[in-house]
Amino acid sequence: MDIHEYQAKKILSNFGVTIPRGGIVYSPENAENKAREIGGSRWVVKAQIHSGARGKAGGIIVCNTPLEVAQATDKLLGKKLVTNQTGPEGKIVNRIYIEEATDIEKELYLGLVFDRSSESIMVVASTEGGMSVEEISKEKPETIIRSKIEVAVGMQNFQARELAFGLGIEPDLIRRASDTIIGCYKAFSELDATMVEVNPLVISKQKQILALDCKMSFDNNAMFRRSQVSELRDKTQEDSKEIFASDRGLNYVSLDGNIGNIINGAGLAMASMDMIKLAGGAPANFLDVGGGATPEKIVKAFKLVTMDEKVKVILVNIFAGINRCDWVAEGIVDALKKIEIKVPLVIRLAGTNVEKGNKILKESKINYIEANTLEDAANKAVAALNK
Amino acid sequence: MTVLVDKNSKIIIQGFTGKMGSFHADEMIKYGSNVVGGVTPGKGGSKHLNLPVFNTVKDAVNETGADASILFVPPAFAADSAMEAADAGIKICVAIVDGIPSHDMIRIKRYMRRYTKSSKMTLVGPNCAGIISPGKSMLGIMPGHIYKEGRIGIISRSGTLGYEAAQQLKNLNIGVSTSVGIGGDPINGSSFRDIIEKFETDDETDAILMIGEIGGPQEVAAGEFAKENMKKPVIAYIAGLTAPKGRVMGHAGAIVSAYGESAIEKVEILKECGITISKNPSVMGDTVKSVLEKM
Repeated sequence: MDIHEYQAKKILSNFGVTIPRGGIVYSPENAENKAREIGGSRWVVKAQIHSGARGKAGGIIVCNTPLEVAQATDKLLGKKLVTNQTGPEGKIVNRIYIEEATDIEKELYLGLVFDRSSESIMVVASTEGGMSVEEISKEKPETIIRSKIEVAVGMQNFQARELAFGLGIEPDLIRRASDTIIGCYKAFSELDATMVEVNPLVISKQKQILALDCKMSFDNNAMFRRSQVSELRDKTQEDSKEIFASDRGLNYVSLDGNIGNIINGAGLAMASMDMIKLAGGAPANFLDVGGGATPEKIVKAFKLVTMDEKVKVILVNIFAGINRCDWVAEGIVDALKKIEIKVPLVIRLAGTNVEKGNKILKESKINYIEANTLEDAANKAVAALNK
Repeated sequence: MTVLVDKNSKIIIQGFTGKMGSFHADEMIKYGSNVVGGVTPGKGGSKHLNLPVFNTVKDAVNETGADASILFVPPAFAADSAMEAADAGIKICVAIVDGIPSHDMIRIKRYMRRYTKSSKMTLVGPNCAGIISPGKSMLGIMPGHIYKEGRIGIISRSGTLGYEAAQQLKNLNIGVSTSVGIGGDPINGSSFRDIIEKFETDDETDAILMIGEIGGPQEVAAGEFAKENMKKPVIAYIAGLTAPKGRVMGHAGAIVSAYGESAIEKVEILKECGITISKNPSVMGDTVKSVLEKM
């Protein structure tokens, strides 16, 4: 789960990280007052969307008067921002963060992620803040320093100090810098985060160490014990079909093609998408109804896939184990009584009781194309598309 | 493969009296697995499915001599249960449960470092289908009848894609020595490399089919291990050719976030390691067959 910049900043500040003064607003009037309340003579108006690279998309505006702050807020609120991370549909701006402008002396990069090789938490830092970590590793890989943290004992002061010295931070500021790094580590480990990124982490002309922009993501599997974090979810930043799916226990990712998929198991779903591509088609979605493929889930899956106007063919591929094909077939027949399908439907069943399952489908009145193997199913789906 | 489970493995079910635990315990017993009891804290001393229920794994081990366990406890309690099994002297533990937080998985693995290699439990999963040695024992939730007895080892992150492979092999009259589902999570108990190493020393296995997917370093690590250390042929299929970058594809671990983690990159690296690639998921069986014919 992703959260907004202002939410991440608030969390990090609770762990001892210094952030510029700022506040969240929902209207231009609000914004003008907020700028006065914050004080100072320059402000930064920041669109809050779940994406990086907002600056290049026009989502960050520097202002010199409270009136300009109001105007900038007016301009951004309700707008769809398209960045290189949002996809062409963009993300809507419903919240604006107003922040005092910072006199930047130096921009640094600080990121924390899980390292799947060493199964530890990895802290990554670089002197080249402001660029994305992908850009840094491509263009200035020599500036990257890393530290693996033993989670059983947590991050030690010396590890933070080494990183701070490695970043070339002057001796007077080492203590503050170490505290900042340890604060980020604690936020990561105590809140079940999967990513913390402060980019840039800046040293101001006034010799403060400030988190100027931050991002945090959290482990969806840990939300049962992080109610305060889960409250920060902003559904306006998510794809409406993906919300529909996740609320119903389905794994769904919206894609660009026109062959809708209903499949059980994530691996089989990815494999079926691969077969569609090899057959010359393109999947409209990834959809895993779960290994069990219960009739209830299948009804929900049909609802979801038919919501997508791009879909011109639906491919159902179920490998039934314990749940048996005859049971799955009954679920499909039942679903099609409730939902009208206007596009060709290809169904491939495999596994336990496959003959019984196919017999049930044949004897029902449903209009479908039967397929036997993965390859057969993908070929028939693409052929149906071209008819 | 006798390294993980065989006819003599004495199995207990953790989360025995729950709906999932009861259902799959019954399926395993029907398959012929030697299930000797189960654990549900607070229900010790009672009987379930005609088998004894214990309060703790230690009690179960002491009373029954159990050496294998399978977890059907909810994700919030799964880490605790896995560590309890490790401490009680269980040798092999399969965690079926989907949804264990990554921080908990790291905690389990750190906890297990206290044991020496010979006394350390092998953890398989979580978020997996488990283990089956056809005709011998099933410590998992797979449909046992799709596996023919034979000499191919299967390792798969995905459950249903592993079934697909077993079915394709069966249709070609090729059998399986052991199939291991290592699960779809980013941090798991046993990696491809851990299991591939066990297959290399297993005298009941001739060749290994490895079914990977996008995300994480484990397929590549296994490929490099195979190149240096293995004599048996390895065949691999990597799912997710069409998966977009930066998105989680169903499995929490199926996300491309670094170089070498996309399907195309993994395939290239595995080829360089001398591994035979099944070019699409519908020819996994055929690819294994052609490798066997050359042996």
